[in-house]
Amino acid sequence: MNGSPFALLGHNSVTAVMAKVMAALIPGIIAHAWFFGPGIWVSLLLCMLFAVGLECLLLLLRGLPLKPFLSDGSALVTAALLALALPTLAPWWLYLMATLFAVGVAKHLYGGLGQNLFNPAMVGYAAMIIGFPVYMTQWAAPIGVAHFTPSLAEAFDLVFAGSGAISVDAYTSATPLDAWKTQARQGMAEADILAQPIFGWAGARGQEMVALMYLLGGLLLLANRVITWHIPVTFLAAMALTAGLLHLANPAQHAPPLFHLLSGGAMLCAFFIATDPVTAASTPLGKLIYAALAGFLLMIIRAFGAYPDGVAFAILLANICVPFIDAYTQPRVFGHKRGGKRGQA
Amino acid sequence: MSRKLHPFNGGVHPDGHKEPSNATPIRAMPLLPRYVVPLRQHIGAPARPLVRAGERVARGQMIGAAEGYVSTAAHAPTSGSVLAVEPRAVPHPSGLFDLCVVIEADGEDRAVELQPLDWRNLDASALRNRIRDLGLAGLGGAVFPSYIKLNPGAQAIHTLILNGAECEPWITCDDRLMRERAAEIVLGAEIMRHALGCASVLFGVEDNKPEALAALRAAAPTDMEVVSVPTLYPSGGGKQLTYLLTGVETPTGGRSTDVGIQVFNVGTAYSLYRAVCLGEPLLSRVVTVTGHVAEPGNFETRIGTPLADLLAAAGGALPGAVGEIIGGPMMGFDLLDRVAPVTKSVNCLLVKDPRLFPARPAALPCIRCGACARACPADLQPFEMYWFSRAKDFGKAQSYDLFDCIECGCCAYVCPSHIPLVDYFRYAKSEIWERERDKREADQARRRHEFKEFRLEREKQEKAEKFAKAAEKQKAAAGTETANPEEARKKAILQAALERARLAKEGVTPKNTDNLPAAVEKEIAEIDARRERMGAKQQGGEE
Repeated sequence: MNGSPFALLGHNSVTAVMAKVMAALIPGIIAHAWFFGPGIWVSLLLCMLFAVGLECLLLLLRGLPLKPFLSDGSALVTAALLALALPTLAPWWLYLMATLFAVGVAKHLYGGLGQNLFNPAMVGYAAMIIGFPVYMTQWAAPIGVAHFTPSLAEAFDLVFAGSGAISVDAYTSATPLDAWKTQARQGMAEADILAQPIFGWAGARGQEMVALMYLLGGLLLLANRVITWHIPVTFLAAMALTAGLLHLANPAQHAPPLFHLLSGGAMLCAFFIATDPVTAASTPLGKLIYAALAGFLLMIIRAFGAYPDGVAFAILLANICVPFIDAYTQPRVFGHKRGGKRGQA
Repeated sequence: MSRKLHPFNGGVHPDGHKEPSNATPIRAMPLLPRYVVPLRQHIGAPARPLVRAGERVARGQMIGAAEGYVSTAAHAPTSGSVLAVEPRAVPHPSGLFDLCVVIEADGEDRAVELQPLDWRNLDASALRNRIRDLGLAGLGGAVFPSYIKLNPGAQAIHTLILNGAECEPWITCDDRLMRERAAEIVLGAEIMRHALGCASVLFGVEDNKPEALAALRAAAPTDMEVVSVPTLYPSGGGKQLTYLLTGVETPTGGRSTDVGIQVFNVGTAYSLYRAVCLGEPLLSRVVTVTGHVAEPGNFETRIGTPLADLLAAAGGALPGAVGEIIGGPMMGFDLLDRVAPVTKSVNCLLVKDPRLFPARPAALPCIRCGACARACPADLQPFEMYWFSRAKDFGKAQSYDLFDCIECGCCAYVCPSHIPLVDYFRYAKSEIWERERDKREADQARRRHEFKEFRLEREKQEKAEKFAKAAEKQKAAAGTETANPEEARKKAILQAALERARLAKEGVTPKNTDNLPAAVEKEIAEIDARRERMGAKQQGGEE
């Protein structure tokens, strides 16, 4: 028997939180399909199927009830984030492996919902970029740039049967982030780089609109109080500041801040990945520090690292710091002295 | 009315559900055949029973006397005979029985002679003693004996706050009281101001009670301020209302009197008026009966009224009712036995139905979303406290300031995982209290043992000294007789040998610090003194 309170906030559950996150992803997913073709539906479907299947299997192995934990929707959100982070049109087993690392290793081996130290989707992504780097550089080229954009049926074919006679280069391209880095290092001028078809009006062609749709979804989450402003605002500000300083110091090598904000996984990370409550810092000040660290690390990896994008590693590195950040940023409790030390047991 | 408010962090907006019970005037209850008056209705020591089975009592007669400092009296709600003084069911979450005086009414409702007090000319301490004997205790929920709260003691009280916020959903007893008896409440506040010697008087009422605000404003003199505060649970919490109205935080572990502010419930002010101006003990209070009942409303209820009779007065529970809550849905508790009586702390009887009070869904794991921390009016991190309480790491839970939790229930109200957070905090607190009690008892046992050892040693030494003295006397007497120096020398050698043997036996070896230069001796003395001081300080720190 439970004691007070006997009243409960209505329409409030983990399921409802996850449903709101999924709903907020929809504009970005549609934009993705619009600019890069229907391949995203295939990877999304596969990741979700694998995630739910693995979740069932692991819950059974752990002797936990299926219904409450399946219906919380957390596996579906992880799967959706993973699908949006991974390249589309990759072989089906890549999605299976990524989901296995996300749901199996990062989530259930750490104790399941709420217990994981690391963002599951980012663990899945990081495992793939280390294990299968070639597949992780083959990104679907935007419609209009690609020689060939597969239809939904063709996308299924590519994912399950491989490219066969079609050259992978016909429908994939390097990401603009990657292209900028290699071409700038080769001494190409900024204007010449940006004149290439894979670049758009501010960032990467197609990606910039997808990023704006993620921003829209993120604002919906803010309006619905699913997330607070602390992490996205600080993350984007830290990114912009770092990118701006780098660009000022060496414009020939480093792209301007707006390009970085609207390319790759920055926007998705700011509103949907960095804000994962389980793995992010939880105190108001801690959130600022955590997000600033993640944004800064992302820019450092993008500018000086070997990987095309740094979202996964930036987030995982920031995740490591969370217990420490939280422990030292506990807010002042009502009635306690300002600046007073927390009572130690 | 233009007072600057200081909003506290957090808080929630549960549905008010005030309408079912606040539309009709306070109703009287018929005289019942039987009343059960618990002797422990307040915080502190239970009252000492003054009557025995078979005795006749009159309405207002003291049947339990205040025992010790933190205590207050209990009175007979009507005239009749004492049926029994025995443990009975009381409204308490534990469901444990407590000592009660059971009174069978004779139907005459004959009262003792009431003595109104001339409070303006009465010495403050005499006034307080009378208030204690009249059984006054806080009616807002904490039931702290009022006479203690009216004693400013060493702290000067500059502000008196009358709490009419009534932020708990469903409850409207203070609302109706303020609407109908504002003048009496204001008089009660005058008496409080007189006893406390404070200048400023503030009424805090949530803005969902416009009629009560208007009534108080009409009744209050110009030097009392009636402040409308935004409806936000738990603005009626003592610390929250104090902060809201004054911007002053009650220090952790302390009371608002530490910062010169005293808070009383408006219902207490009304009862104080009756006690002082009419000389009437605290015999009744207004209780809201609402929820799934036929005729919800407020009832002037005698203390000791069985809750089943109160429920019947409101037309009884409707079909489909699933139990009752004593108090509100945020901080109340399940009533385990309807024969339990109304006490000074019972402000509401809320009948549950499955539609308004569905069972709490099964709890899911905490996802650290922080909704609880954002809702917490004490600025705590409930999910961290939950984590450690669940792991039974109570020390760590305490280091996250568990004892600053006021158990308002905001965290559990907003939790998307439906974790009964407050249950965990109540559990952790009681475990910590239990351990502290165990430790205190162990410490006491240890101290007793050590003192016993010390005493035995001292007695032995005293005995030895007495023998030594007696021996010396004998020796002196003998010395004058035998003037043989050789004999004396031999005796001295023997004596010295015996002494050495005794010392060796006691394990006292001669120190290697004999015959040292003065400077070194001084240094040693300083070190010893410092050690002593350190030891004393450490002991002091452990207290």
